[in-house]
Amino acid sequence: MDAVRNTKAIFKRELASYFESPVAYVFLVVFLVLVQFLTFFIGNYYEMNQADPRGFFFWHPWLFLILVPAASMRLWSEERRTGTIETLLTLPVSLFQALLGKFLAAWVFIGLAVLLTFPIVLATAYLGAPDKGVIVGGYLGSLLLAGTCLSVGMFTSALTRNQVISFVLSVVICLFLLLAGWPPITDMFVKWAPRLVELVASFSFMSHYFSMQRGVIDLRDLAYFASAMIFMLAATHQVIENRKAA
Amino acid sequence: MLEVKNLRKTFGAIRAVNDVSFNVERGEVLGFLGPNGAGKTNTMRMITGFLPPTSGTAIVNGFDIRTSPLDAKKQIGYLPENAPVYSEMTVFNYLRFIAEIRGFTGAARDARVGGTVEKCRLDGVRNQSIGTLSKGYRQRVCFAQALLHDPAVLIMDEPTDGLDPNQKRVVRDMIRDMAREKVIVLSTHILEEVDAVCSRAVIISHGRIAANASPDSLRRRSAMHGAVEILLDKPLPEAATLLRSLPSAASVQEEGGRFVVMAKDKDRLFHDVFALVKGGSWAIGGIRVLDGRLDDVFRDLTMNDNGTARPESAA
Repeated sequence: MDAVRNTKAIFKRELASYFESPVAYVFLVVFLVLVQFLTFFIGNYYEMNQADPRGFFFWHPWLFLILVPAASMRLWSEERRTGTIETLLTLPVSLFQALLGKFLAAWVFIGLAVLLTFPIVLATAYLGAPDKGVIVGGYLGSLLLAGTCLSVGMFTSALTRNQVISFVLSVVICLFLLLAGWPPITDMFVKWAPRLVELVASFSFMSHYFSMQRGVIDLRDLAYFASAMIFMLAATHQVIENRKAA
Repeated sequence: MLEVKNLRKTFGAIRAVNDVSFNVERGEVLGFLGPNGAGKTNTMRMITGFLPPTSGTAIVNGFDIRTSPLDAKKQIGYLPENAPVYSEMTVFNYLRFIAEIRGFTGAARDARVGGTVEKCRLDGVRNQSIGTLSKGYRQRVCFAQALLHDPAVLIMDEPTDGLDPNQKRVVRDMIRDMAREKVIVLSTHILEEVDAVCSRAVIISHGRIAANASPDSLRRRSAMHGAVEILLDKPLPEAATLLRSLPSAASVQEEGGRFVVMAKDKDRLFHDVFALVKGGSWAIGGIRVLDGRLDDVFRDLTMNDNGTARPESAA
């Protein structure tokens, strides 16, 4: 019971801390404006004349690439820079509880931004008859992708007390994981290192994300996202355990 | 009570804390003294479970910080160095968060937060965000955080650092008020603070314990302890020679009209000097026995010629 209570207390504090500074509002507004901009102006959503929300979900990975690290960069580096990590970890909470509470808070926050895009989906439903499976699968995939980017961001945030370094590192890692499985990139390399490309591509977010966007919820895709998050959380745990006072 | 057993911490080749052991009973206020970098903060971080020790452990009210860290942490209130608290939160929200983690819910939580706000005199700023507060208030918020669950063991790393004299007095008064029913350990490099609040002092130097005794008995180790100071109103050329010839005197320092007679026999020196002064009808402005100064003892114990620590057992 203690574990649930502690995780909940940390979750609440962390989520509230987004809204106690302008961070939350800037983040939400920028995310929503960019989603609309990319979908309608770059993606020509209307001109395609199809009620297919994939034209909208297509842009999420690229937004997450920039915005998720921005939301995650302070999670641990700020604790370390200001020294509050010492107060936090000498409270009767385990590191895992603290980690999980922070992770869930950031995930719920980003999830809120994602779900606030619902007017686009409503508009699509008003103008045509989109496949409901595609909408559900698209949102689920988007949330899982956000969680995975977030777990990477939390990991880099634990590595350093400098938020800028944390941000840049996690953008680079997420970019690699995005591009590694993106057909235009893999096609370029497939001719001279086919085996390697396959291996690297299997680490990528993209194939799993695209497959969920088709409205197919495959256990393998869920397992991929879950294991990626668990791996990054475990790595974060290890990093903090080893370098608490650094 | 708090038992610290053979704590060691090494960072690579650096031995930050080297075999530190001491016990603190309920009702004691232990002052943890040492120059900067002596290992005070690392020792406290190990006791509070923030840093894992390389070897050794601390038993906090019966709970081993290494084998049952969560139970041990429940016994402790900890004020880290520089009072780190979440600056974007308001005082009230921060303390409510602490209360929830400390296991208080509903009405009990609100009562705890209210009581602590009052006790630490934070009423006026309860809805301000902590980042806008002055250093003294921030320190008090962190203090409130440490006291909220009424811990059996209170550990404070430089609790008065950076405070103005009035704020220092408030903090010391609070520590003294709580001293009777708690185990208190505080680190400081302000020696007057040891006299003001501590019942015992542990001096640590280069990661080792150099002394563990009451402030009075530490002072007794000073070369000045038991020395007699005389202020002469009228110059007396032969005074130094006469004083030096006393059997209980070791040496005499002279500076203007001020003589300090160092003791060879502390029990007899004052009587001998007094008899001499009285017998010779010296015109004196004052005569007193010196207490010895903690600074001198501190300097002797923490600095010596080859720059290494001098291990010493408890007095």
